[in-house]
Amino acid sequence: MTGRDLLPPALLIGLLALVPWATSSNTMLNFLVTVLIVALAAQGWNLLGGFGGQFSFGHAAFFGTGAYATALLQIRGGVNAWIACLIGIAAGGVVGWVIGVLAFRARLRGSYFALVTLAFAEVLRILTNAADFTGGAAGLLLRLDVRPMNFQFASRAVFYWIALVCVAVVLLLTVMIERGRFGAQLAAVRENEEAARALGVDALAVKLRAITLSAAITAAAGCLYTQYFLYLDANIAYGSWISIEALLAAIVGGIGTVAGPVIGALTLHGLGELTKGFAGDITGVDLVLFGLLLVAAIGFAPLGIVGSLRRLRVVRLSGGAR
Amino acid sequence: MITPPHISRRALLGAGAATVALGSPAILRAEPASVKLGILQPVTGALAQDGELGRHGAQLAIDEINAAGGLQALGGAKIEMVFGDARSNPEAATQEVERLQGEGVAAIVGGFASPICLAASQAAARYNLPYIVDVGVSDQIVKRGLTNTFRFAPGFGMVTSVALDNLVKLNDAAGKPAKTVVLVHEDGLFGSGLAKLMQTELPKRGFEILETIAHPTPARDMSNVALRIRSLNPDLVIPSSYYGEFVLLARTMLQQHIRPKGIYCVLNGAASNYRFVREFPEAAAAVMDCNHWADPRNPKAQALKKQVQDAGKLWAYNVPLNYSCVKLVADAISHAGGADRGKIVDALAASTFKDHIMPYGPTRFVNGQNQGAAPVNLQVQDGDIKVIFPTEFADAKPVFPRPA
Amino acid sequence: MYSPEIVLEAVVNGLLTGAVYALVALGLTLVYGVLHIINFAHGALLTCAMFAVWGLATAFGIDPYLAIPPLVLVFFGMGYALQRFVIGPASHGDDNNMLLVTLGLSIAIENGLLAVFHSDTRGLEGDAAFQVVQLGPMLISRAKLIGFAGALLVAALLWLLLTTTDTGKAIRAVAREKLGARLVGIDVRHIYAVTFGLGCACLAVAACLLMPTYYVNPRVGNAFVLVAFTIVVLGGMGSVPGALLGGLFIGVVESMSGLFLGDSLGQLGIFVIFILVLLLRPTGMFGAKA
Repeated sequence: MTGRDLLPPALLIGLLALVPWATSSNTMLNFLVTVLIVALAAQGWNLLGGFGGQFSFGHAAFFGTGAYATALLQIRGGVNAWIACLIGIAAGGVVGWVIGVLAFRARLRGSYFALVTLAFAEVLRILTNAADFTGGAAGLLLRLDVRPMNFQFASRAVFYWIALVCVAVVLLLTVMIERGRFGAQLAAVRENEEAARALGVDALAVKLRAITLSAAITAAAGCLYTQYFLYLDANIAYGSWISIEALLAAIVGGIGTVAGPVIGALTLHGLGELTKGFAGDITGVDLVLFGLLLVAAIGFAPLGIVGSLRRLRVVRLSGGAR
Repeated sequence: MITPPHISRRALLGAGAATVALGSPAILRAEPASVKLGILQPVTGALAQDGELGRHGAQLAIDEINAAGGLQALGGAKIEMVFGDARSNPEAATQEVERLQGEGVAAIVGGFASPICLAASQAAARYNLPYIVDVGVSDQIVKRGLTNTFRFAPGFGMVTSVALDNLVKLNDAAGKPAKTVVLVHEDGLFGSGLAKLMQTELPKRGFEILETIAHPTPARDMSNVALRIRSLNPDLVIPSSYYGEFVLLARTMLQQHIRPKGIYCVLNGAASNYRFVREFPEAAAAVMDCNHWADPRNPKAQALKKQVQDAGKLWAYNVPLNYSCVKLVADAISHAGGADRGKIVDALAASTFKDHIMPYGPTRFVNGQNQGAAPVNLQVQDGDIKVIFPTEFADAKPVFPRPA
Repeated sequence: MYSPEIVLEAVVNGLLTGAVYALVALGLTLVYGVLHIINFAHGALLTCAMFAVWGLATAFGIDPYLAIPPLVLVFFGMGYALQRFVIGPASHGDDNNMLLVTLGLSIAIENGLLAVFHSDTRGLEGDAAFQVVQLGPMLISRAKLIGFAGALLVAALLWLLLTTTDTGKAIRAVAREKLGARLVGIDVRHIYAVTFGLGCACLAVAACLLMPTYYVNPRVGNAFVLVAFTIVVLGGMGSVPGALLGGLFIGVVESMSGLFLGDSLGQLGIFVIFILVLLLRPTGMFGAKA
């Protein structure tokens, strides 16, 4: 059981790690770096939304905090990029905890929780867009200074591997959580909070741990974004696009599964690139196709990709037994 | 240094043509390998409208060059457009830069919005791939020391200082009727950046700023902004907004009978837009704008404008800017003698190109910024958009203060 | 800082704008209350309706107000079909999937409009936008007054429909207890589709009332969605009077915070109030049960 659980994610990461040797195409690497950043954000979302059952529409709040903290510490504080990233991740976790305390103490759940996270992200977006300290609407530009010490690399492959390591670490973490006591508590809270509480689970503490960890992971994606693109503004960091990307990748890949977010991000962005090829001369046709394919995919694989594969296997196994 | 990847294709084409068209060697000689040019514009997403205009401008220039027999210096090589949709966000833009790089383009033109230009030019810098910014007005773009990045048009600093100088001239010539100002700006990079510069510069030139009003894009309603303007009753309103919001504002002001002595826009999305002028002539009348614009006295610009309008398309500043940028790159490629990037970058840096249709004079790049680039002042007069400043390019006289 | 007349006028403006927000929110709250989904396609469908109004006015010279009856029918049918044949089957009755399906639809619709109408921003020509009614010292846009009255009327009609007709009772039954409703013989899928159709019909009215003073481009609907969500939560999900009051309230909040903080930071007012209401009184200000 344990070996089988670990094998698919390990295979996935192993395969991805080989890509820079298989292709010298920077188009591919650049594409995959973006995918990995989204995947990381989605992994964070999945921990809270998938395993914890608390749907957030506002993971941009954490992504943006990680991104802005990383950039601000370097620009305003002269902090080393690597240390800035670590602080950025912690800052994301803190914001997650604060929002968690406010929202979970007020017993918000379901759509209410989703919308309050969205509102927090919007508040942060409006504030960073207006404040001089955060560069206002002009955003923040990190100085291009390609040195490993600065978390900037001449080779795209190196950055790609670093992003991949982040994703792999979170995969491992997710497997450990899923199998551990914390995972069981999360599942209990997700399925029936009252029952979990009756069994002696401190639901509030469990949810707070989940949102803090989830936020820190998504903040890490924000840090990577900053270091890769070296430019930020309020709409990039706190815009709803990343909240939607994160939940979309997690749900399409397979909500509450270990590898779901990574597979979902790969599939969605792969699909996006693929439909670009069909665009023809009329603007927007590719995205129409993308939207329709998304609808069709959900129609045919309602459990997400990982969930549907799993179900296929179960059906085949039971069929074989008969 | 860099081998153009299309050489093998050229050999193939040549061989194929030789077998098919045995009787006409002239055709063979007239078909040298085409030069690929990357055009990057956001044609989907929030900036789609501007992206489409930019693509159209680039297309016009490429068609014209090819119709005239291609690049003469390269034996009549045609330019082939490789288009990339930046999808109105920086991530998609860099992905397209990588793709264009993979397709072997000689240079990239476009970007439109500053965040897109910042990300895309940096991605292109990895390959020393020449990147010509079409609009992106953020002054950060040319202050990063990227040798591959060139901006043909003026940036914020330049636009604001010209706008202010001309405002003072305008006001002085009319006997200084305007003293008080209300600034209205969209809260993104462009509007906020301008407002900040204005706030420090306007008081130095004797204007009193009564209030600075920021609004989001998209805005659902402009009644409040109009209301505040009415209560402050300024001589002058200076708005910097995108199309939809300015149209709302101008309409609401007209509706509320708010008639300042002048509406003086800076880099406004609507004031120099023929659609606005046509759809709301009353609201648009006498509105002034300091913006990018083609040289109205340039016969080629006039011809192009006619061509665009006859085709039922919109003539906005993106069109002549992208047209001119493509022409500029084509000239640099000719001087470089091929698709060698290092040589194209050198040719751009040294270029004194004057065959464009903007009121800039010959190009002269310092740290990637075209020094001659400047905006002009426009005014809506009799259902048309006229240039009122500077006088050497003007085709009309300013009407200020606006008649009641 | 401001004279009382200005403040009064801002309040009136807020009420007028808020009424149209309420109309957009009405469709959303109905779908929300019955299907329990956050309909991401709501904005794209509003854009669709606005383009329909613009198209009818530009191509055939049909007055936007006269376009209300046909568009209401068309959009009701479209919404019914969308839910019955696309959203329902594709999402297999799962809430997460409904969310994704509506998200996919919104991407498809928005870009479909982009492909057909291109990215230009368009408005209705003519002087309807400039007609004003003088009310004391205030000049009030006639189109906005009509919008206000229209929104109130639609809310009243919708409320009557929900409380007095059999379909309305069935809708409320499904909203409250899906399983029970099915047991007493209500066709839940049909009711879902009717609800979605009604939501779209509200959007059609909103579009007709908006277009005389607003503009349309393929992304314009997004501007209204977030604020509509806010109103739905404030009013209590699924509550018609709640959506109406919530809309008017948000309109005034936006107007006042816009007046005193500027329109950019003014948006902050909406979200802060939203968060406070959620944290302090999550059932909404107007009481409907969560």
